[in-house]
Amino acid sequence: MYTQALNASDAEDRYIEDADRSAQFQARIDADDRIEPNDWMPAAYRKTLTRQISQHAHSEIVGMLPEGNWITRAPSLRRKAALLAKVQDECGHGLYLYAAAETLGTSREELVDLMLSGKAKYSSIFNYPTLTWADIGVIGWLVDGAAIMNQIPLCRCSYGPYARAMIRVCKEESFHQRQGFEIMLTLARGSEEQKAMAQSALDRWWWPVLMMFGPPDKVSQHSDTSTKWKIKRFSNDELRQKFVDATVPQAYYLGLTIPDPGMKQNESGNWEYSAIDWSEFNAVLAGNGPCNRDRLAARRKAHDEGSWVREAAQAYAEKRKSRKAAA
Amino acid sequence: MATPNTQLWEVFIRSRNGLAHKHVGSLHAADTTLALQAARDIYTRRGEGLSIWVVPSNAITASDPSEKGMMFEPAESKIYRHPTFYDVPDEVGHM
Repeated sequence: MYTQALNASDAEDRYIEDADRSAQFQARIDADDRIEPNDWMPAAYRKTLTRQISQHAHSEIVGMLPEGNWITRAPSLRRKAALLAKVQDECGHGLYLYAAAETLGTSREELVDLMLSGKAKYSSIFNYPTLTWADIGVIGWLVDGAAIMNQIPLCRCSYGPYARAMIRVCKEESFHQRQGFEIMLTLARGSEEQKAMAQSALDRWWWPVLMMFGPPDKVSQHSDTSTKWKIKRFSNDELRQKFVDATVPQAYYLGLTIPDPGMKQNESGNWEYSAIDWSEFNAVLAGNGPCNRDRLAARRKAHDEGSWVREAAQAYAEKRKSRKAAA
Repeated sequence: MATPNTQLWEVFIRSRNGLAHKHVGSLHAADTTLALQAARDIYTRRGEGLSIWVVPSNAITASDPSEKGMMFEPAESKIYRHPTFYDVPDEVGHM
């Protein structure tokens, strides 16, 4: 809320780094205090959070595209209404997150421009295509399932506005996962063709979904400081393991096979998965996934075609303001 | 070309349980009409409220966090302002 307001202290010294303040800041974090927008914070904390929250926001917005692809072709009115509501939610989540990111001092417009110019990233998962209706089921069940796994600990993140946005998002997200699982269940109990469609979607999405949790702990770039600052409460590998353990029994219930023949349960009950092909992840991240260009082109088109609406609304607001001033 | 900034608004919602309007978040909109519509779409998709206030963010004056001590410490030492400060004999019962 503070980008164009409440920034009276902007001119003052809250952007100056010093050791005493850094120590005080870390002490607050260690005491589980929440950091609020006008509080002093290290520049690196501000930068990390701006990057993370805005990427998260971009992901919600770009994430509307693969699902939006099926709104007009949903198999029934009930499914269509649910999918439409879900895609609206994703838009809402993007907006809550932009609002949280803005409190760190970069406006939403600037953040969006960074995404449109390709400088800011969004989750690699949305660069995969939704080829069949079953993909909509898998997205709700697994992509949203993985997102929930990642987002629940963020509700306790040290930065107040981000934590509060995540609480709202998590409340709404559980409907998404159930919606997806119900689609999968219907297909899994349907005809042979429907079951095959469900299996094929799982086969295509399984590995990209595991990659959503990010690089393995031993190579993750951002983990150490994020953990120290309590932005991150669990490591990538911990969350990935939690997700796999939760998902295996669900796939079994559906009668679907996880496309990892080497997967086995160890003595402590965890499901050990085979090695992930990180070269694919890096390729998608570098812009060479199946849909990277499509996704950015669709966002740019929507942004450009909406510009006359923004301009008209602004012109009308200014006209009204000047008439009021004249009266 | 950089996208021009639009006015930022703070959104307050009164839920159906009769409590006061509560801050729920912020949004961008060109004017009050659009701000109210956007607030409806963004913050009340599941019947969260019966009334919405939107306030231009730059109309809010906030206390300075660096003056937190000066602002709030005086209340901290006044424990006699709380009911738990006072002893009520057990025989008197609930008071």
